[in-house]
Amino acid sequence: MYKRSALAVALLAGTMGVATAQDLKVGVASEATSVDPHFHNVGQNNALRRHIFESLVSADESQKPQPGLAASWRNVDDTTWEFKLRPGVKFSNGKDFTVRDVIYSVCRIPLVENSPSNFTIATKGIEDIQTPDPQTLIIKTKGPYPLLPIEMSVFGIISADAFGAGPDLKFGKSGCTGVGTPPKSADFNDPTKAIGTGPYKLKEYTRGTQLVLERNDTYWGNKPAWKTVTFRPITSAGPRVAALLAGDVDMIENPPIQDFDQIKKAGFNVVQGLSNRIIYIHLDQFKGADWKTPGVKGTDKNPFLDKRVREAMSKAINRDAIVERIMGGVAVPAGELLPVPLFGTSPDRKPDRYDPEAAKKLLAEAGYPNGFELVLGSPNDRYINDEKVAQAVAQMLTRIGIKTTVDSMTASTFFSRRNKYDFSAYLAGWGADTGEMSNSLAALVTTQNYAPGFGNTNRGRYSNQKVDELTAKALGTIDDKAREKLLQEASKEAMQDYGIIPLHFEVTPWAFKKTLTYQPRVDQYTLAFQVQPAK
Amino acid sequence: MLAYLIRRVGQALLVIAAMATIVFVSIYAVGNPVDILANPNADAKEMAEISARLGLDKPLWEQFGLFVWNALHGDLGRSFVFNEPALKLIIQRMPATLELAFVALIMSIFIGIPLGVWAGLKPDAWSSRTIMSGSILGFSLPNFWIGLMLILLFAVQLKWLPSGGRGPTTSLFGIQVSFLTWEGLRYLLLPAFTLALYKAALVVRLSRSGTREAVLQDYVRFARAKGLSPTRIVLVHVLKNIMIPIVTILGLELGSMIAFAVVTETVFAYPGMGKLLIDSIGRLDRPVIVAYLMMVVVIFVVINLIVDLLYAALDPRVRLQESEG
Repeated sequence: MYKRSALAVALLAGTMGVATAQDLKVGVASEATSVDPHFHNVGQNNALRRHIFESLVSADESQKPQPGLAASWRNVDDTTWEFKLRPGVKFSNGKDFTVRDVIYSVCRIPLVENSPSNFTIATKGIEDIQTPDPQTLIIKTKGPYPLLPIEMSVFGIISADAFGAGPDLKFGKSGCTGVGTPPKSADFNDPTKAIGTGPYKLKEYTRGTQLVLERNDTYWGNKPAWKTVTFRPITSAGPRVAALLAGDVDMIENPPIQDFDQIKKAGFNVVQGLSNRIIYIHLDQFKGADWKTPGVKGTDKNPFLDKRVREAMSKAINRDAIVERIMGGVAVPAGELLPVPLFGTSPDRKPDRYDPEAAKKLLAEAGYPNGFELVLGSPNDRYINDEKVAQAVAQMLTRIGIKTTVDSMTASTFFSRRNKYDFSAYLAGWGADTGEMSNSLAALVTTQNYAPGFGNTNRGRYSNQKVDELTAKALGTIDDKAREKLLQEASKEAMQDYGIIPLHFEVTPWAFKKTLTYQPRVDQYTLAFQVQPAK
Repeated sequence: MLAYLIRRVGQALLVIAAMATIVFVSIYAVGNPVDILANPNADAKEMAEISARLGLDKPLWEQFGLFVWNALHGDLGRSFVFNEPALKLIIQRMPATLELAFVALIMSIFIGIPLGVWAGLKPDAWSSRTIMSGSILGFSLPNFWIGLMLILLFAVQLKWLPSGGRGPTTSLFGIQVSFLTWEGLRYLLLPAFTLALYKAALVVRLSRSGTREAVLQDYVRFARAKGLSPTRIVLVHVLKNIMIPIVTILGLELGSMIAFAVVTETVFAYPGMGKLLIDSIGRLDRPVIVAYLMMVVVIFVVINLIVDLLYAALDPRVRLQESEG
């Protein structure tokens, strides 16, 4: 009886026009912690932000900068960028979008209270902002800053007038004037305050249950296909798949690899796309006096300071086997830190070939014919099958004589220990936010504190002057061609020196109803306005 | 009775103080939240700024002192990731968990007691044997597995019930509840049943053994001799006497259902307090974890108190002993 009436309702809805076909329900793996676009610089918040608050520059599926709220930009000289704003853009409260809103957003970013991770990373390069007219923005930087357009894609623009900025609003490097009382983060959770220029407006936010977006009918760009979009946080993978199969949601993020067959058999589509996330192994190469690398037994020296040992370890790892057997084919073996065709990669850089015999020889040459003992640190709930990959690597290393045991733990403990240099070798991942090579090189293989932002995540403390110099030079080169060449060189140098051992690039999957399509994104974001009805 | 109450409250305060210390120090040892919260691109200076903003740059004793001082003023800290008072976050989630726990409790009583009494009255009937072996399943099957199987059957295959989440809510005395509408109840059924199954098995066992004992008692024999109807004997004389152990156990179990329905809430993506706890642990959101565990201590203390009072109401002997001591 119930079923029959449901059928009747469906038929009725069908004849009354496709009201339900305009709704999209998405099961997401993690929930945004705030609607405030400047509160927490973390993946799920940044993905949500793109629906409501646009940025000057937007990034396409492969993270290439594209015109967003800025219709065009050019660099006037090495330290001056000119952005022409898109004319006729309105906020969802009907107010015009102008340069004031950009200044206000840049000024508000450092003022967010209690932010666990803010966006000053993206704005710190800005020395001065000038506004010759309401549609033109001149941004000055200290030195040449080629990544400025990309940085402009990182943070969202909020409305200056909605939050009471004064008429004297002006940017200042050490503090702005006329900002008024900047909004609190919690204010944005209220739909009347979450005012942006994006394709969607906030309709409802019930933490833990759902976040509902409504189409912004005054949006300047292409109208999205869905009138309302509901994001439901379903953090466990099994229940997320069940919600899709049961028809409770139309689309889910990150279905687990082992469920692909079941999902496809039930009549759903799975798409997957290469991500900007590399899974790698870092080796402790600290040269400090009195430093004894932890977890290595059977030798008094630090074996990783010898390039031959690092090379042997890389050659001992069968990347194809890891991808095929542990990742179910849903990953791509890596030969450098970013996948082709992203900026700064070299198409001829192939993953290291699996060659255990050569590896054993190299070990013997380096003075470790009987190998040594090693503890490999790894998180067990952060990356796809992270612990299993670590186990496989350990077995492969053991086969060439490096008796490896895995010490795996939950991410919150792992990263704290890693940052305290508790591991001689650890497995981790890196997603290049900017989608180009300088980010990966600077974070992972440049010497700590060589330049601002260098070596932040280089917890192997690898240091190679040539890599440092090339990366620094690239970051000061505005010309795209010249910069790309420098980055390719720097990457090659680091890889040939085995400063870090790349394993594979993660591939991000999405699963959804047959009636939908989605173009996979390198940045792993699920953007509802890019979900299209299938033709 | 008053002296008894005062003594209990004193004990409770001691327990709370001890818990506060243990929880705070142990969570401090797990890891540094900044390592998880900060954007990976942040450099040492930005990490230090985040530490300062969140008050994590101070030494442990100072952080603990601040926590105690604020807690005494009713402030259990602000969530790092949501930038809202931790207590507010927990209380927002509380109605969801409470209604889940109470629906589960009611289910376990209405499933467990009739089956248990039946099995106790007719211990050799095949139906009783089925009930008893069924209750073993209730004990031994893991919670998350039952949950997943129920989802697969009722949500994926039959499509009768939703696979998870919380249904639409209506306001009752200013609290958002979902059990007042059928649509809201549909969301509650599967998680509540999952949660209730173990408790129901427990109640079956308790009421069966209680019943078997009670029917042999003199007062039941007298009642029968007096010519009372079997229904009246069971409902009044047997049932009343087997209730004490059941109430004790269910009281404790209710506490654990409220505080640690984590697995069920995770499997059903149910936005309750347990889900908040597990998410907060993953993100090292210390204030929420500490506030949550403190609240759990309080809940357990209160429930135990209520159970003790219920004893006194059910069994006059307890009342006598308490007034003496």
